[in-house]
Amino acid sequence: MSASDDRSAEGREGLNRPPPDQGVMLEARGLRLAFGGVRAADGIDLSVMRGEFLAIIGPNGAGKTTFINMTTGYLRPQAGSIHHEGERITGLSPRAIVRRGIARSFQLPQLFTEHTVLENAALAIAARLGIWSPLAPLLRREIREEARELLARFGLSAIEESRADTLNEGARKLADIAMAVALKPRLLLMDEPTSGVAASEKMAVVETLARVLRDAAVTAVFVEHDMDVVARFADRVAVWSQGRIVALGPPATVLSDPEVQREVIGVSGAIHA
Amino acid sequence: MRRAEPLLALAGAAALVGIAYAAPWLRFVLTIALAKGLAVLGILLLLKAGQVSFGHAMYAAVGAYVVAFAAPGMGEALVLLPLATGIAGLLGLVVGLFITRYREIFFSMLNLAISMVLYSMLEKFYAITKGTDGIRVAPVTFAGLSPERESAEWAMFAIALLLAFGFGIVARLYLASPMGQALAGIKTRETRLEFMGVPARHVLLSAYVFSAVMAGAAGAIIAMTTRHVTPLLAYWTTSGELVFIAILGGAGGVLGPFLGAAAYELIRVHAAAAFADLWQLTLGIALLLVILFAPGGLWGVLARLFRRVRA
Ligand SMILES: Nc1ncnc2c1ncn2[C@@H]1O[C@H](COP(=O)(O)OP(=O)(O)O)[C@@H](O)[C@H]1O
Ligand SMILES: [Mg+2]
Repeated sequence: MSASDDRSAEGREGLNRPPPDQGVMLEARGLRLAFGGVRAADGIDLSVMRGEFLAIIGPNGAGKTTFINMTTGYLRPQAGSIHHEGERITGLSPRAIVRRGIARSFQLPQLFTEHTVLENAALAIAARLGIWSPLAPLLRREIREEARELLARFGLSAIEESRADTLNEGARKLADIAMAVALKPRLLLMDEPTSGVAASEKMAVVETLARVLRDAAVTAVFVEHDMDVVARFADRVAVWSQGRIVALGPPATVLSDPEVQREVIGVSGAIHA
Repeated sequence: MRRAEPLLALAGAAALVGIAYAAPWLRFVLTIALAKGLAVLGILLLLKAGQVSFGHAMYAAVGAYVVAFAAPGMGEALVLLPLATGIAGLLGLVVGLFITRYREIFFSMLNLAISMVLYSMLEKFYAITKGTDGIRVAPVTFAGLSPERESAEWAMFAIALLLAFGFGIVARLYLASPMGQALAGIKTRETRLEFMGVPARHVLLSAYVFSAVMAGAAGAIIAMTTRHVTPLLAYWTTSGELVFIAILGGAGGVLGPFLGAAAYELIRVHAAAAFADLWQLTLGIALLLVILFAPGGLWGVLARLFRRVRA
């Protein structure tokens, strides 16, 4: 117990620093999107600062995934705009957005199910390097080595030769994130990265992930239901409810807000308990 | 198994040469089988992406008619082959730009529809194509030589074998490359490709053009071997035959299509001789058995035997 407390104290100093004042990386203004009568985004205003870790919390159906989908080009907002590094990216295709250095992982892992974990990682690396070489093998040495190293960092070495459709949920989740990280994005959006990861491994996994992202100066936005993870790793927290952001600020302030506790954490706490 | 492929390919080639030598009347059959194997290799590429084309015979037909039209003026095999292949590839690019927007049943049926348009054009424009009578193909030269009949047959057989090897090697490298692996990714998780910045449509288009090129080469070989082209080459049953052979041979490796084509042609010839009208029944039963008991096709059966022998 004391060992993990030490780590957590170190984490607070090392990882949980105040929002770096280095300017806005991503700016969403007035995003609106309704599915029939459901307002999945009902006027979202949010600025993501360069270098920060921003957590998104909120009950199921609040529109968290919808926000990530709009930011990464999967869904087009009906109103509002998204700017990345000052340029408007609203309505661009997922591909165009990835090329700008914005990657994502998925709430439901999106793996190439008939490929091995190693091949999945290798494909993501090859996608970054350029895939248009029809004669050199995917698993050539430089790609294979990078893929191995990547998977090792995610603790997936033991299953790198397993087919992706044989993995348990936690491993699928990690492989999914590893593929997004392999693209070496400047901004990474992760949809519930720790759901499905065994509680006993969760902190270690997030810690590793946080280190990888900090080392590469990646800005991260992540949807998270585990308030311990949020408290420990987020620089700021945005609270989603019915397509709106109802609170935004440092975890210490936001998570202790009685209203947030009643509306959001009560629900989420039940989920992760 | 993949490691054993080059060896098996050489063994298979040696066997084909042996048969062609021992049974001269099969030389023609095996040349056609190799050509069809080439076209089926293209079907296999698309199958990797989970897409089935029921119209690919159109590219073979284009290759064949290019040879038929050009042979009287320019009857050199070494020119006709690249010409036919190139034009088929070009058509593949034009059609592919449109067709790679679609998947699954739409992809299958659009290929079928376009091939039937080509079929009716070949049938209706009698003045140019001689309709269902088809066109007799003028004899061709090989590197300037005009060999007599038996040598010409050997030359066509050799060309078919060389092209099978050449395209087989390229297809094998292609399938192991990032492009080929991304192609397989279209089958399982196309959206992920897009979220990795990979244009899935262009990946599929590259395979589509490659498949049209190989079908074009197949058509050119068939035209020069049979010396007669008809619209039937583009008919949907011919396309269906290619898919049939792909399943019979198995989609696991680049040798499957050739194995399937050789088996198909040999069954067809022998069954046709033995029970006249029943050869389709024989083929139907063969396919049924493969689907029920060997979903990996003949290549899958061979691979399993091979593993057992080594173990
Ligand atoms: N593609 C879609 N079509 C229809 N409704 C959708 C779609 N995506 C999300 N929704 C609806 O929008 C609301 C917000 O969903 P989502 O963003 O997935 O919430 P969260 O990720 O916070 O759980 C939900 O009511 C959901 O049913
Ligand atoms: Mg969600």
